Amino acid sequence: MILNLLLAALLVVAGTFGLIGSYGLLRLRDGMQRLHAPTKASTVGLGAALLASMLHGLTIGTGFSWQEIAVMVFIFVTAPVSANYLSKLHLFGGTYTPPPSGTDRPWATFDPTVDTDEPDLPRR
Amino acid sequence: MMRRLFPHPVLSLLLGLTWVLLVNHIGVGTLVMAAILGSAIPRLTHAYWPHQPRLNSLPLLLAYVALVVWDVILANIQVARIVLFMPRDRIRSAFIPVPITLKSPEAIALLAGTITMTPGTVTADMNGDGTVLLVHSLHAPDPDAIRDEILSRYESRLKRIFE
Repeated sequence: MILNLLLAALLVVAGTFGLIGSYGLLRLRDGMQRLHAPTKASTVGLGAALLASMLHGLTIGTGFSWQEIAVMVFIFVTAPVSANYLSKLHLFGGTYTPPPSGTDRPWATFDPTVDTDEPDLPRR
Repeated sequence: MMRRLFPHPVLSLLLGLTWVLLVNHIGVGTLVMAAILGSAIPRLTHAYWPHQPRLNSLPLLLAYVALVVWDVILANIQVARIVLFMPRDRIRSAFIPVPITLKSPEAIALLAGTITMTPGTVTADMNGDGTVLLVHSLHAPDPDAIRDEILSRYESRLKRIFE
């Protein structure tokens, strides 16, 4: 009974944060701002849904499920990469003018220098 | 000998663990397959990750992960409040250059990922030689405070773990 209430609460939290994430997409003004809503507000939403899924096994008798941890880890590893690609695209498109990097090398998106200390990769 | 068989022990461990989680059942077959994957994949991909990252303390790394998860939850609520209640024209977004002293590529990648996952900030770019990160902040009334928080809260911890 208590577990069921907890599951319901988790699902409500998940739905709320997911909704706020997508509402942020609609409400914020430009590309870089919009990037914040789905990469962020939805992580807690997703986490709560996965936690509910893990606990659900206890109520139907199949036991606690560890599998969802893998989903969470994959999301945490891949979300920053796609966010980084999207922001590099915004920068490259010229919509934004970032401040200078303050060193003698510019931001990597605009840096023409080729570093020579790349590791030797095997031939395909 | 062990180094040649397992060039990245932590990666081997993670791959095995991932396999067990994907199967979602612990048995002899699962463990054998986990051992095969954990030893084969690091060797096959060794050429793409030639140097050995230094990891000073696994407990400290786990503590760091716990800290980041906690920050993600707290700051999610913060971003949700900005999205819901702050008038659109009062949201002051800014690009903030964050000079870092981390050298290890793994640590820099982890720091950039942390900045993106903790709400309010996204790592947009880094400079050519990886000494400055370009961070975009959703609402930054005081950009210097955000820079200092990233450096003191995350970078100093990663420095202790990886260097």
